[in-house]
Amino acid sequence: MELRSNEPTGPIEARWDKHRFDMKLVNPANRRKYQVIVVGTGLAGGAAAAALGEQGYHVKAFCYQDSPRRAHSIAAQGGINAAKNYQNDGDSVFRLFYDTVKGGDFRARESNVYRLAQVSVNIIDQCVAQGVPFAREYSGLLANRSFGGAQVSRTFYARGQTGQQLLLGAYQALERQIDAGTVKMFPRTEMLDLIVVDGVARGIVTRDMVTGKVQAHVADVVLLATGGYGNVFFLSTNAKGCNVTASWRAHRRGAFFANPCYTQIHPTCIPVSGAFQSKLTLMSESLRNDGRVWVPKRQEDCGKDPAQIPESERDYYLERIYPSFGNLVPRDIASRRAKNMCDQGMGVGPVVDGARRGVYLDFRDAIQRLGHKAVSERYGNLFDMYERITGESPYTHPMRIYPASHYTMGGLWVDYNLMSTIPGLFVGGEANFSDHGANRLGASALMQGLADGYFVLPYTVGNYLAQVKPGAVAEDHPEVKRVVAEVEERVSRLLSIGGTRSPDSFHRELGQLIWDKCGMSRTAEGLTEALQKIPELREQFWSDLRVTGGGEELNQTLEKAGRVADFFELAELLCRDALTREESCGGHFREEFATEEGEAKRDDEHFQHVAAWQWSGDPSKPNLHQEALSFEYVKPSARSYK
Amino acid sequence: MQKALTLADSTVGKKALLAVSGLVLFGFVLGHMVGNLQVFLGPEVFNGYAATLKGNLPLLWGTRIVLSVSVVTHIVMAVQLMGRSSKARPVGYRKKDNAVTSYAAITMKLSGPLLFFYIAFHIAHFTAPGLALGNYEHSTTDVYANFVSAFTIPWVTALYVIAQLLLGLHLYHGAWSLFQTLGLSHPRYDGKKRLVAQVFALLIMAGNVAMPIAVLVGVIPPAG
Amino acid sequence: MSTINLTLHVWRQSGPNDPGGFKDYQAKGISTHASFLEMLDVVNEELAARGEEPIAFDHDCREGICGMCGMVVNGRPHGPQVETTTCQLHMRQFKDGDEVWIEPWRARSFPVIKDLVVDRSAFDRIIAAGGYISARTGSPRDANEIPIPKEASDLAFEAAACIGCGACVAACPNASAALFTAAKLAHLSLLPQGEPEQQDRVRKMVSQMDAEGFGHCTNHFECMAACPKGISVDYIAKMNRDFLKAMITARTDLPKREKQ
Repeated sequence: MELRSNEPTGPIEARWDKHRFDMKLVNPANRRKYQVIVVGTGLAGGAAAAALGEQGYHVKAFCYQDSPRRAHSIAAQGGINAAKNYQNDGDSVFRLFYDTVKGGDFRARESNVYRLAQVSVNIIDQCVAQGVPFAREYSGLLANRSFGGAQVSRTFYARGQTGQQLLLGAYQALERQIDAGTVKMFPRTEMLDLIVVDGVARGIVTRDMVTGKVQAHVADVVLLATGGYGNVFFLSTNAKGCNVTASWRAHRRGAFFANPCYTQIHPTCIPVSGAFQSKLTLMSESLRNDGRVWVPKRQEDCGKDPAQIPESERDYYLERIYPSFGNLVPRDIASRRAKNMCDQGMGVGPVVDGARRGVYLDFRDAIQRLGHKAVSERYGNLFDMYERITGESPYTHPMRIYPASHYTMGGLWVDYNLMSTIPGLFVGGEANFSDHGANRLGASALMQGLADGYFVLPYTVGNYLAQVKPGAVAEDHPEVKRVVAEVEERVSRLLSIGGTRSPDSFHRELGQLIWDKCGMSRTAEGLTEALQKIPELREQFWSDLRVTGGGEELNQTLEKAGRVADFFELAELLCRDALTREESCGGHFREEFATEEGEAKRDDEHFQHVAAWQWSGDPSKPNLHQEALSFEYVKPSARSYK
Repeated sequence: MQKALTLADSTVGKKALLAVSGLVLFGFVLGHMVGNLQVFLGPEVFNGYAATLKGNLPLLWGTRIVLSVSVVTHIVMAVQLMGRSSKARPVGYRKKDNAVTSYAAITMKLSGPLLFFYIAFHIAHFTAPGLALGNYEHSTTDVYANFVSAFTIPWVTALYVIAQLLLGLHLYHGAWSLFQTLGLSHPRYDGKKRLVAQVFALLIMAGNVAMPIAVLVGVIPPAG
Repeated sequence: MSTINLTLHVWRQSGPNDPGGFKDYQAKGISTHASFLEMLDVVNEELAARGEEPIAFDHDCREGICGMCGMVVNGRPHGPQVETTTCQLHMRQFKDGDEVWIEPWRARSFPVIKDLVVDRSAFDRIIAAGGYISARTGSPRDANEIPIPKEASDLAFEAAACIGCGACVAACPNASAALFTAAKLAHLSLLPQGEPEQQDRVRKMVSQMDAEGFGHCTNHFECMAACPKGISVDYIAKMNRDFLKAMITARTDLPKREKQ
């Protein structure tokens, strides 16, 4: 099967406008005849459901949380990029496009990225109109900051809660449509399968998480905005409930999964403090603006009180290795260097599982230079949060940080219209693979989620619907019944294994394996080992799992079991993709493909493509398809931060 | 046709009516105390004051009507809201640890009904024919004598003093909380609200307690 | 690393129609670095190992922002630490040998689904009643065309920081949702964009809040003390003021809202 990106042609600045004009429209009077399903109510899903409802379609929206306001977009701290150039510092749509393509290590589709940069300015307008309280200057105009090492100040923010404020904006727009009757909301409802009839997506099968009822919902189009798969590592900065099930079920029904090996590890998270650890908390990247990263020079000092380690015995390794960028090197580099230091035995903090995994992020010099008050104004909230979690004050003790899984650039393959390889199945936000390439820049996730939700999907979905007849499949269609029966069967299978281990214990073991072998740095040897162990562990899962309680009630163990089962299959694909991609780029670092200084070495000749995997029926034997990438506007170059 | 939303439909409206009627009663309590403090000036002044009040029929009945409406509103709103509140939490906590609320606030629903009974008693006590507590005849003209005779009985004085403490508590919470309920708040002045309420409540309590005690200890003598 | 042992008294209720009751559990060898929910995870793993049903509780982000978690811990919503959600509460706040009472949010409008899980959809309906600015997607004017004084914007932000967890209702002696409703109203009405719909919004949201069966506000301010984001009761005064003003001055009536 040939992967067609369906990009418009012509000058890149005009492509989206041209495409918008070329797309077909649905007569407003006919819109209410179409049923649209939106799964996930984060920035992409919430915004898309609200916008499509507003256009007059019949929308059903689903989320596993108890309210659409709780999707994990809410936890994004830093900000949202937009090429407004309000600061007059030379920003432009083209520059944002350029930075994003380059930041993604030349593994994204240029047309998509350009469109993202273009609509970024509309997002800010839209959000302000909705009442999102972005930070402002005393003039009453919007404030910006530079984020994640960008050379321009293009990041809009609302203290450290930008994601929350943007999500609440989308949530409120969604609630407005719910009250207007255009959107019907199904909270505490989980999508467990996709209904495909004659090759076209026609609906989903869900489980009501309160009553346990398994039910089909048919529609004329299905949108997935179900987020990333970072929780495959068990420990990540994702919410506990984040899962890959919706995407994975769609994958098993024919949607290609693209570039799963592009996972982003965030360098500034609070380290693991014990075996009980359930998730990792991110501390905003902005801390690296003033904090200095170091480890002791001598291994004997690693267990010491840092205050006892003299200046001469500290290794400020980022400043040493990258004199020009210092502590502000990109996320992947900062993460990998921290791992290297700890692998060499220079980690600090408590010994967990036989190793100290943490490096210091020290504000001593910043406090001396700027004063306690200035530091507290900048980072007070973060310092308080750190102290709440660790019991140590960053004013007196250096913070301890360690990288953690944070975001996944890979996801379901989509064309320029954000439609997957299954006609009628669209994918938005983190769940698709499209815009970030191999690495996502800071403050770009929120931008992409809202771009997809407010400004892309409402047009492209309309274009698709204009070409299909509404209500083609009824709820009593044999295929619909078959998928419902399959889901019910799977649920009862999970309940009836009758083994000894909980889903969490399997998830922890899987996560540890993936983190070790397919985390911040990967080798052919490690990946091969993981590919051998995952099926074994999966087998154990299906024979030794114990799910307490029944299926017809709120059963959190059952929910977890289903999600872990899908993580097992994804994990294998993740490692396989990482093994197949014999280069290092962005979030994917293969130790064999590095320069002598240990920096990532891309192989544009062989790997300048999207790897899109097709389900074959056997999780160990997926079929690989490639979409070649071409770069007309931003010429590939090596990233250097020395 | 759906019913239109009215002020008295909503909890915020009911609470505002409770606050406004409370404000009227607050004003009355203040006037009542200031008037009664004239008892310290001797029988002529005090009886003269009483005669003036009684002689001015429009004022007397105007006040009575406004007060009755306020009392009824205050009670009806309070009862309705309390009913709503108990329905709002059908299953309570096994363990509840309040963090910041005041004793006065928690006891509002207790001090309210107790004050109601006290006021009923107080009216019965001092209006014709008067409860014959102790050894005296109720007089419709010599209010001073009624006053002094009543409070020479220690348990009556004690009852009034206790009632004044309750009134003080009730007024304290009511006084500062009505600003909040009616939306009269401003960060520049909010910090002073509690202080103002405390001063008012204490003043009224002190003034009202001073009179019966003064009778009991002989500072206010029987009319010569 | 120091560890502690605790005795837990946990509310267990198998479903909405089960009367429910407390059950006692021993939490042994809990690291003081663990969060409260991680402590419950440990207890749940032990329950699962014995084949017993784990304690059901809502949680998601575990970083204090999604608003999904919440339980009354020793009489305080979200536990003893101020401005801290249950997921951010850490076990170093407890001593070895402590007894810990764990109960769900209690309110008629938040019916228990199971154990510590309650249904807070009433909050969504209050927002749906009017907690938004009707801005059509896709055609707004430039964001900087409306300058907004920094002070108003900051105040709006502080109100908008609400995470919708319901601790305010749980803490209130009257199970009132005044702080939740007032925070959203203030967020929107402090901004010029929110001005045109102000009078309708306040009437609709207050009417919905009442229709959901929450109690009224009697100014105990327990809500503010329990709020993990420290949202101020000043916003309740503002809601009261705006509502009374709208009821007195609005030119047209609005229908009374019903529970859906």
